[in-house]
Parts: sequence; C-alpha cells; structure tokens
Amino acid sequence: MVNMIIDGKNVSAPKDSMLLEVIRGAGISVPTLCAHESVSRSGACRLCVVEIKKGNRTRIVTSCLYGAEEGLIVNTKSDRVLNVRRLVMELLLARCPESEVLQNLAKEMGVEAQTRFVADSDKGKCILCRSCVRVCEEVVGVSAIGLFARGSRKTVGTPFMEQSDACIGCGACVYVCPTNHIVMISTGDKRKIWGRKFKMQDCSKCGKFFAPVDQLKFISKKTGTSMEDLSVCTECR
Amino acid sequence: MKKTANYAAKTREIVKKHGGDKGALIAVLQDIQEAFNYLPKGAMITVSTMMGIPASRVYEVATFYNAFSLNPRGKHIVKICVGTACHVRGASAILDKFEQKLLIKPGETNQDQKFTLELVNCVGACALGPVVVIDTEYHGQMTINKVDKIINEMNKEGAQQ
Repeated sequence: MVNMIIDGKNVSAPKDSMLLEVIRGAGISVPTLCAHESVSRSGACRLCVVEIKKGNRTRIVTSCLYGAEEGLIVNTKSDRVLNVRRLVMELLLARCPESEVLQNLAKEMGVEAQTRFVADSDKGKCILCRSCVRVCEEVVGVSAIGLFARGSRKTVGTPFMEQSDACIGCGACVYVCPTNHIVMISTGDKRKIWGRKFKMQDCSKCGKFFAPVDQLKFISKKTGTSMEDLSVCTECR
Repeated sequence: MKKTANYAAKTREIVKKHGGDKGALIAVLQDIQEAFNYLPKGAMITVSTMMGIPASRVYEVATFYNAFSLNPRGKHIVKICVGTACHVRGASAILDKFEQKLLIKPGETNQDQKFTLELVNCVGACALGPVVVIDTEYHGQMTINKVDKIINEMNKEGAQQ
C-alpha cells in the first residue's frame, strides 16, 4: 500500500494501481473518454489530467497512466488542471462538433466551443483514441481495423479502406467507442459495419438473430466448440 | 496478370531476405518500394500474411510515413525542395517550369510513367538552393534553363535504351 494526498484527503491505495482508479475510489470524479475497462490504457483523450506534486515540483500527468506513488500530492481541481482540461475539451469539440457525448461533457464542464478553433466537418465523431483498434487487437484478436495516415489526415478504418476479410462483425469496436463514431446497423438477418454486410445467425431454439455467422465461426475455430452448440443464443443456452 | 505474379515473387524474396522478423517491417517495405517505386497493395498483403502481421498494422505503417507511396510512381522521381531557403531563392519558378515541362502537378506521374513530381520541405542542402533531387542525384542552384537541359537529357537516355 502507498499513501497519498488527493485534494487534501489522505488516501491509501495498492502499490500497482493507477491514479485514476485511486482518485475515483476516493469519490472524486474525473472526466474521461478513452479509459474503458475492456481495453488497455493509452492516455489518448487527455481529459483525465491531474496535477501531481513530488518534492517542490508540480506537473500535469494523465491520471489513467500514472501509477500510485508513496507521498504523492495530487490535485484534481487546481486552476492549472482545469485550464488544461478546458483546452483539451475545446479542441475535442472543434474536431467533432456533432458529437453529442462531447457536447454533454462540455456542458457539464462548463466549456463552450471556441471561435478561434475552426470546427472540422470531415472528422465525424472520431477523437482518434484508438480504443476500437485496441479492442480489436487485444480482446477480439483479429486486428481488422487501424488508424491510417497521420496528422490532420489520420482516420480510423479497415486496411486499404476496403471491406475487410479479417473483420468478424462482432461490434466490439462499437461497444468501446466513447463518442459513437462507429456505425453498426443490424436489421433482421443482416448486420452492416465497416462497409461490409454480415449474415446473422438465427438461434436454433428461439429463432432470434443474435450474432454474425463469421463471428461464431471465429469462436468455433478458436475454442473448438461446434457450430451447432454456438447456434443457440446466450439466452437459450 | 504477369505483372502481379512478378510482384508476389519479388515480395516473397524480399521478406525472406529479412528473415521474417516482425521488427523488420519498415525495412521490408522500404525494399519493396525500392523494387517497384511504390507499395503495391498485393505486396502489402503478401507481407502481412508472410510476416504474420495484421494487414491493418502494415497499412498503418505504410500510410504513416511520407517516404512510402501507395500510388504507382514513374521511373524517375523529381523532388523539388520548397523549404524556406529554396523558396527564398526561387523554388516556385523552378516548380512552375517542371510542371510546364512534364505537364503534371506535384504528386502526379506523367503519362508515359517516366516522371513523378514531388515536393519536399528540405533536403539539408540549403546552401545549394534552389535544390532539385532527381532519384538520388542532387541538382543545386537550379535555373529554369537547367530544368530544360536535365529533362531533355533524361528523355534522350530513355530513348536510347
């Protein structure tokens, strides 16, 4: 265990924990977009910044990636922290003006869109946090999507921006996307995601379409479970 | 059709040369680009399957670096420096001249697939400005007259071959 002072309160935490969990565990809220329980941390959204003090020096760190340390003094609401967070939020808003998630979060934080940051119109709702790419690689294990090009032209997509054979249509990327940028449409026995149509499997007991056939095939191959067993939806199993 | 087969064979050869180490991806892509003057899609897919790297990762690397081109390029690549020093010394006039002479804009390849025009922001030879790099050869203190001379000479070489 390590002891720290967070916003004037004495807090102790397990040695290998990250500041974000410790702060939230102490009942203090920190805004985040890219921190998701299913994916590894990347510090991409930059909203979780806090000010830490070690000795005489203070600095700004992303709390989701900074490990708990003995004697650390953490300030989650100093002027410096709030300024950084406000600027980050203003830039996110300028990138994705139509994102409702960002609009609501900005309102909560009292941040307004700034005229000095010209709003983008071609970026959709993507903040380039890479959560979808991570979940596809780390959890699903197919690495069907990536972030391509760089700088202002950087975009999320499938290789060569074409329909991907690697994608199994599971929708994990949709699930982790903090801003609902990725669109998945499921209608009847069809599901459309990343520009590709997937055929859905109907449950052999209740007849409900519950998962893409490609996903079940992938699971079957990976776990050795037969397709017959997998053709029953989770509710009927 | 024959061309695709050539790509695949050459790509396999290049990947094998690097011993299948995943860390060699950039070196592999560089060699492929050297062989074909750009990264053909088929070659990137071959690299992906042979090296066991997801196609998305290969495409990420290929699109990240400006040194890689995903579009077919001509036999000769003309890089015109438009960095500060060259700009001040009149790079824009040189660029205009190349555009007129080759009938292409920066980033394009002319019809006979001989020349590709590219802009670069500095080649580290500012004292020679305005600089034009054609393939690996540096042409310093460029003038409009020199452009004519160089292109005509290169066209002559091509005709003799």
